[in-house]
Amino acid sequence: MTVRARSRLAKWAFLLPAIVYLAAFFGYPLINNVVMSFQHYTAATFFTGEAPFVGWANWRAVFADPVFGRAAVNTVLFTVGSLVGQFGIGLLLALYFRRNFPLSRLLRSLLLLPWLVPLVAAGMVWRQILDQEGGVLNEFLHATGLISQNIPWLSSPQVALLSVVLVNIWIGIPFNMVILYGGLQEIPSDLYEAGAIDGAGRWRTFRSITWPMLRPVVAVVLLLGFIATVKVLDIILVLTGGGPANSTESLSTQVFQNSFMNLDFGRGAVVGNVLMGACLVFAVIYLRTNRKEVS
Amino acid sequence: MRSATSTAVGLGIVAVLLFPLYWMLNIALQPGSGLAALSAVPTDAGFGGFVAALRDQGGAMLTSLVVAFGAAALCLAISAPAAYALGRFRLPGMHLVLFGALVAQMVPDIVVANAVYNAYVDLHLVNSYLGLIPADAALGVPFVTVLMRAFMAGLPGEVLEAAMVDGANRFRTFISVVLPMCRNALITGGVFAFLFAWSDFLFALTLNTTDDVKPVTLGIYDYLGVDTTDWSAVMATAVLASLPAAVLLVFAQRHIVSGISGGSVK
Repeated sequence: MTVRARSRLAKWAFLLPAIVYLAAFFGYPLINNVVMSFQHYTAATFFTGEAPFVGWANWRAVFADPVFGRAAVNTVLFTVGSLVGQFGIGLLLALYFRRNFPLSRLLRSLLLLPWLVPLVAAGMVWRQILDQEGGVLNEFLHATGLISQNIPWLSSPQVALLSVVLVNIWIGIPFNMVILYGGLQEIPSDLYEAGAIDGAGRWRTFRSITWPMLRPVVAVVLLLGFIATVKVLDIILVLTGGGPANSTESLSTQVFQNSFMNLDFGRGAVVGNVLMGACLVFAVIYLRTNRKEVS
Repeated sequence: MRSATSTAVGLGIVAVLLFPLYWMLNIALQPGSGLAALSAVPTDAGFGGFVAALRDQGGAMLTSLVVAFGAAALCLAISAPAAYALGRFRLPGMHLVLFGALVAQMVPDIVVANAVYNAYVDLHLVNSYLGLIPADAALGVPFVTVLMRAFMAGLPGEVLEAAMVDGANRFRTFISVVLPMCRNALITGGVFAFLFAWSDFLFALTLNTTDDVKPVTLGIYDYLGVDTTDWSAVMATAVLASLPAAVLLVFAQRHIVSGISGGSVK
């Protein structure tokens, strides 16, 4: 072997474990989910080792299931609602904390806590807060006279999705705030000084300086937010388990339901492929905005 | 706005947003009272909830620690050399690995679980540490690789070349020169890998069918299935499960903030 070839081999050796890992835990599942979606792959498969190919049967069954349609619509509502809320509040907080005041650093880092706490733990306490009878939110709204009847936050099909979105907004605010705050710090201060000399007011400054300068960061934060939100499963499972009456079923809870509750992995794979397809569309957009990173 | 007013408003914002976590602690400290009978401040704080939590979930906490430390170590062992290669070497086709790491971050965990579970059944890895630890490490590998790559690319080339000239081969250089220089990046990556694995619920739920390997997230979730009356024990478990995040936020805050922005915007 030539010295050059040996050196090249040594370099690849650094990458090899990661390549194997990515192939095993991401490449293989992606491919296998496509294959499984055409197989009758159920609990029996584990005993017989047989998973006969059944053509498009799983796909037809899934698309004919009204719950799947409901889950797809819910996923869109959940994702859009969460993103708007997380981004809006995250941006407001980032703008607020940009002005340095005593304790601002400490308070800013405390705000990260909801994002770092395990989702299951956070979901559990939200169940208590949103409890229809005796939950502290209803008690508070009662005491302040805002409501006269308890709101069934998690137990009514009309309200449950909204509640799940609200909890997910709460979880996503810190992430949005940190990245947007970082973006705000990058904006050169002489731009603001020039704006002040020109007599620009607060809104004008935001519209003509802050927002245009922040645009690239906004794009990244929204795309990452999309990717994180569209696949959310933990929080829904803990808060509502997809109910009541399927009102909070999403594509990811449907994968879980089909595969791990009904033990029909073929149908679970179909829903998984749809979910993955949605992620890939946005992955392409993400990679295009981040092209510098790859090249 | 005067700065004192700013601080007051800031405190108000934090109080509202952290209220659920306060409430978690509040319920945990009031064992024996029903949800409706809770007082807003735990004046008669009792630690019965925490005692019950440690009794029932102490084993699960240990399991979580083993899994999270194992996953973090495995993740760093895989990501650090890859990040070094991606940051410093020029190899044809190498950008595909980076591309793969970026795309992998977008694959939903449940899609991974759907296929990995079936592979694990064949490999007899269901209900084992040997199965759960690598799966939880996978939650961190793409993110941590991309994160550390930026750091490795910024290392001073002269130092590394000097080591090579002194006769150390690439692996020696990596172990004895590069890794010590990357302490900060390793801590940041390790913190994230640990937190990802510690918080993992989905892989624990899908890749285990028995209670043999039961992390605390699964322990909390299991309370949903039973008709619990003692919510203080459940919330005490949730508080204990949240503790590592709080501790890391205090001691590794700088790393967490730089990690969030470094892993996503670059």
